[in-house]
Amino acid sequence: MEYRTVPSICPYCGCGCGVLLEVAEGRLIGVLPQKGHPVNDGKLCIKGWTCHEFVHSERRLTKPLIKEGEGFREASWEEALGLVASRLKEIKEKEGPSSIAFLCSAKCTNEENYLLQKFSRAVIGTNNIDHCARL
Amino acid sequence: MEPLKERVKELLEKGEIGGFLGYRGDLPYLFTRAEELDGLAVSPRRYPLPQILAKLQGLYPEGRFGLLVRGCDERSLIELIKNNKIQSERVVPLGVACDQELAERCGCERPYPTEVLLGEKVEGKEGWELLERLEAMDEEERFRFWMSQFAKCIKCYGCRNICPQCFCDTCALEEEDLIAGGTIPPEMPAFHLVRAFHMAGRCVDCGLCEEACPAGIPLRTLYKEVRRAVKDLFGYEPGLSVEEKEPFGYLGDGRYEVPERLK
Repeated sequence: MEYRTVPSICPYCGCGCGVLLEVAEGRLIGVLPQKGHPVNDGKLCIKGWTCHEFVHSERRLTKPLIKEGEGFREASWEEALGLVASRLKEIKEKEGPSSIAFLCSAKCTNEENYLLQKFSRAVIGTNNIDHCARL
Repeated sequence: MEPLKERVKELLEKGEIGGFLGYRGDLPYLFTRAEELDGLAVSPRRYPLPQILAKLQGLYPEGRFGLLVRGCDERSLIELIKNNKIQSERVVPLGVACDQELAERCGCERPYPTEVLLGEKVEGKEGWELLERLEAMDEEERFRFWMSQFAKCIKCYGCRNICPQCFCDTCALEEEDLIAGGTIPPEMPAFHLVRAFHMAGRCVDCGLCEEACPAGIPLRTLYKEVRRAVKDLFGYEPGLSVEEKEPFGYLGDGRYEVPERLK
């Protein structure tokens, strides 16, 4: 038998609400708001209340997919990233850097978001960078 | 803590229970080995332990569990047993009395369970202030008050999710035919009144809903009104005894006589 709760941070937005992940038999079975947490003190929004659901979801993407015609096919990371790099390069050369935009996410760390804007500005050469909270 | 630790240790070592659901520090935790019991604590931060237990009994259909119960947990446990969500033969409740500070903070009328293994019983005082203030208002003013409260709702479902008495497989609050979807605040006042009606004969006034509400809606006061109506009409208070049938449990078999004033 196993049941424990693991303090964590809600992965969805930048607020950083404290959650307790409910774990039984090594699997996430639910989430509770963390009482006494300085950000949310035992309260959550609907995203926080359901933030465990994607972890074991059957619909979760576990491999890179490349769109071909109407469908997708599985690919290796090397192939997928290679395709993204070559297409970005091609579009930049043909249409100019302003034809490309980047969207980062509150779900990523500060460091990851910093890297994406750096990549956008320094590598591609565009200020077209925004984030999911303004969608 | 010692009497509680000793009792849990004994139950675990004798194999009478496979695990004890309580708190490790501030967090809900299932103790399965006597060596872990040093970490056992009675946190003033309350979580819906009986609701978690119902989940664990489902996960471990053969498992027998010890359960830490405060007054509110015991009332929840009793209702969950009556509604067949917890099998009473597979739970050993161990009672803890809340201290004065927590009893007052919670505005709890009975801050202790039937049998107290740890702590001293203190007398609680139920918080009726807001309800009394509302009742002094005229109808229109009262309606305006509640509508302005409901307008703050962000539809997180926290009140339902944290509630130890919310155990339905399908929830009326997600039924588009009853409550129009896709809006925040959710349809007023239907969303909150549907939930209030469903608390009739169930709500044990633990107050976890109000603690979990990010919008600060005085939900407990709303459900207190429902509790009082059920008490006045049927003489029933949820959570007091496993034997006493709830109003919705015996309306159907003919033993119940509809009071004159309701005919």
